[in-house]
Amino acid sequence: MDILSFLVIIPVLTVLGIIIAKDPKHTRIISAIGMGLQLILAAYLVFAYLGERNAGNIAEMLFRQDYMWYANLNIHYSVGVDGISVAMIALTAVVVFAGIFASWKVDFLPKEFFISLILLSTGVFGFFISLDLFTMFLFYEIAVIPMYLLIGIWGSGPKEYAAMKLTLMLMGGSALLLVGILGIYTNSAPDGGALTFNILEIAKVHIPIEAQRLFFPMTFIGFGILGALFPFHTWSPDGHASAPTAVSMLHAGVLMKLGGYGAFRVAIFLLPDAAQELSWIFIILTSISVVYGAFGAIVQKDLKYINAYSSVSHCGLVLFAVLMMNKTAMDGAILQMISHGLMTALFFALIGMIYGRTHTRMINEMGGLMKVMPFLGVAYVIAGLASLGLPGLSGFVAEMTIFFGAFQHTDVFHRVVTIVAVSSIVITAVYILRVVGALLFGPIKNPHFEHLEDAKWFEKLSTVTLILAIAAIGIAPLWLSNMIGTSLQPIIDKLSMIIP
Amino acid sequence: MNLENFFLMRHELVLTIITLMVLIADLSIHEDKKYKIIALATTLFAINLIIGFFPSLTGNLFGNMYKTSDLQLTMKNILNLGVIVILLQSVTWLKTDENKLKISEFYLLVFSTLIGMQFMISAGSFLMLYLGLELATIPMAALAAYDRFRHNSAEAGIKLILSAAMSSAVLILGISFIYGTTGSTYFDTVAMHYSNTPLQTLAFILFFSGMAFKISLVPFHLWTADVYEGSPVNVTSYLSVISKGASAFILVIVLFTVFNSIAMIWKPLMYIISVLTMTVGNLFAIRQQNLKRFLAFSSIAQAGFILLGIIGASEIGMTSVVYFIFVYIFSNLGAFGVVSVIYYKTQKECIDDYDGLYHTNPKLSLVMMLALFSLAGIPPVAGYFGKFFLFTAAASAGYYWLVFIAVLNATISLYYYLLVVKAMFINKNDQPIAYFKTDVPAKIALIICVIGLFVIGFYSTIYQYIQSISFGL
Repeated sequence: MDILSFLVIIPVLTVLGIIIAKDPKHTRIISAIGMGLQLILAAYLVFAYLGERNAGNIAEMLFRQDYMWYANLNIHYSVGVDGISVAMIALTAVVVFAGIFASWKVDFLPKEFFISLILLSTGVFGFFISLDLFTMFLFYEIAVIPMYLLIGIWGSGPKEYAAMKLTLMLMGGSALLLVGILGIYTNSAPDGGALTFNILEIAKVHIPIEAQRLFFPMTFIGFGILGALFPFHTWSPDGHASAPTAVSMLHAGVLMKLGGYGAFRVAIFLLPDAAQELSWIFIILTSISVVYGAFGAIVQKDLKYINAYSSVSHCGLVLFAVLMMNKTAMDGAILQMISHGLMTALFFALIGMIYGRTHTRMINEMGGLMKVMPFLGVAYVIAGLASLGLPGLSGFVAEMTIFFGAFQHTDVFHRVVTIVAVSSIVITAVYILRVVGALLFGPIKNPHFEHLEDAKWFEKLSTVTLILAIAAIGIAPLWLSNMIGTSLQPIIDKLSMIIP
Repeated sequence: MNLENFFLMRHELVLTIITLMVLIADLSIHEDKKYKIIALATTLFAINLIIGFFPSLTGNLFGNMYKTSDLQLTMKNILNLGVIVILLQSVTWLKTDENKLKISEFYLLVFSTLIGMQFMISAGSFLMLYLGLELATIPMAALAAYDRFRHNSAEAGIKLILSAAMSSAVLILGISFIYGTTGSTYFDTVAMHYSNTPLQTLAFILFFSGMAFKISLVPFHLWTADVYEGSPVNVTSYLSVISKGASAFILVIVLFTVFNSIAMIWKPLMYIISVLTMTVGNLFAIRQQNLKRFLAFSSIAQAGFILLGIIGASEIGMTSVVYFIFVYIFSNLGAFGVVSVIYYKTQKECIDDYDGLYHTNPKLSLVMMLALFSLAGIPPVAGYFGKFFLFTAAASAGYYWLVFIAVLNATISLYYYLLVVKAMFINKNDQPIAYFKTDVPAKIALIICVIGLFVIGFYSTIYQYIQSISFGL
């Protein structure tokens, strides 16, 4: 058995273990052990990957495994990773691990909660290791559907509405995506020969431009909906606000990254000509996402809504960078995915913990929390600073790289949209600092808050895991950047063939 | 013709023998012990199912009137599998007091319709097809009216027989035109002389309308909801799964072998009807409260998806259709199985009644959820694979927009399937359906369905086997 398939097998085994478990305590322990193993495996994968690269292995994808599945349609179970997928897998493992501890206190149907949560993560891991569009899509859908139950059963507020809206919009997106994928498949052998779903094989052929024009928008919007592309982002604020803590973490932290990852791995990599031709439309839409999300965050009063809109803005930036289609910007896009994934997961974890104590998420009802819960307060400040791009934390590196990359285009259009997008940094600073000020400092408005406890051990564990990862990227970005950079090369090479 | 050739009709022969055995047993068993027929008939049918899987000769009989090939054998086996599940699900219902005296009738009627369907699938001539179809339809009306003291059930029987008579009339008119223009009712002769002259086109359209009644394609679907709602639950599942599946099988065969010369006429026709069927089925399903009506409309929508594969009109298309129906049988029987178990325990069959079901009957809710997800085409259950391959078939024939409409419809369908899931898992209820133990036969049936839902999808050999015996245009 190969190492990559274990990334799918471990969660599945964990789920089976939970099914057998007798009481909630065992459930939690099994989940923690399973996801702990997964984290170790992910860390091992990072080192194994770097080791292979240092040993001079220059294959595009490492740890390849390929099993024929449906021979007559040429569907394979085909896995392999490059630096980008390894980074995403590591991100997912960290966030899921932190998520398990953030939901340690789930007491309503805990078994079902952890099963759904881990199934969701199975889909995400499977998605990142897939090299075959069929299995990629399969895992994508597996990642989306547990969301419905997670939000519907354990959510808060108008949870049924939010769950249905989120599921239907994402499934609508996957409908577009499915047509796009089938379009790519049926055009994957323009010179005759067997049709294929394999991404690497398809990248070698040149899909006719008419087909690209039809399927690029479908594929890009399909993934874009998950990446909160304006105007298809509306599921995101409602969904995040209603979701339970760990689900918001996973969703904003990891699931939305599926959109960004798919957008460049499938839409842009396989359909580069149309991407080049039509990118302006989507650049405009993503710049709107970036700025609109940031403004949206300013006017919100609910902590989760603020963060959800901020996610729209940050994920918009990912798609924006991907569409710039040069190496620096794409580099930044991936850094941004990882950085935002960690940071937003931290945010949502902290919001969940604060909400669990104060029973409100409205910032005007809170204040002075730093005095009663210093640990959570400090962590919140760190998350905020990372989010607004303070040097030394992960956000700075990512956003700088993106804007550098975007500015490499010398024409007026790209310059203008870049300047528009850059303005979001300022707006981000406004809403982050406003929230931090109102939430943590000043007088304590509610006397009931004075007796609140600070974080418990499992909450600390969850928080520290995420903070460590954020700081690691901020301090040593080169390490990650190198890993990503070499893997971006094939994509850039393919793009440079068509860009004059 | 010698005796050996006769065994080509093995499926039908064994089934006929079983039917007669049940009949004789019924005559010889004392009134108080009629319930023994249940075990007898089910066992006999299980034996029939197993015999069906033995390798068999293929060939023609009665001067090409009757044909059998590996594909047709597989179709019959698929139907047999579905029927055994239904028989297991029916046990609880048949054991109730009101059915005490008519147990064997149920089996006789089911077996005779099944014989009809199997002859229909093996038809080599329109005459045979028509005979099989009638045999499959007329006893069905009696089945629908099985709960004769229930007003709805009697109504369902009448509605079914009237609309079936109507559709048969249209069908036979089409067949007579076909005979009139080609001078033959044999498939191979007709295929040689078929072209797109106006009369032959008309004949085809009449024939197709007759078949569309059976598969309940829009606009010939109006009988479906009422009949499904009125019939006893297990008869409804028989109607919506086996009867529909058999008609779809023969439709594919006829379209691909007899009418392939006028594919340019039936493809656009199918295109329109497919879009209509999916959309109308889905939009009506959203509004339903009664689960039987709900599943009726959902099964109309599913029929629209089947057409997608037919339009794909290739080996992949043929394979995908057979495969999809195979998957559909398990998904729909899973859903109907849960509905019937709950109905016969509590007499409840509305979506609202299912509120909070997960908290009292978690296993049934999970089976229902998996079955519904399979119908909606959500992985990892088999429905996802079924739909994906249908879409692939249509896409590889270049019908991207049709695929697009279909996937949008799949999303709409997900909405109403989720409504049921929501009722079971999310909605609160002060008086949920109390916990109860499911009877063993029904349990076995549900387990078969669940295993089927997982195995058919992941075990690719099934799909590949069907492809190896399929033929395309």
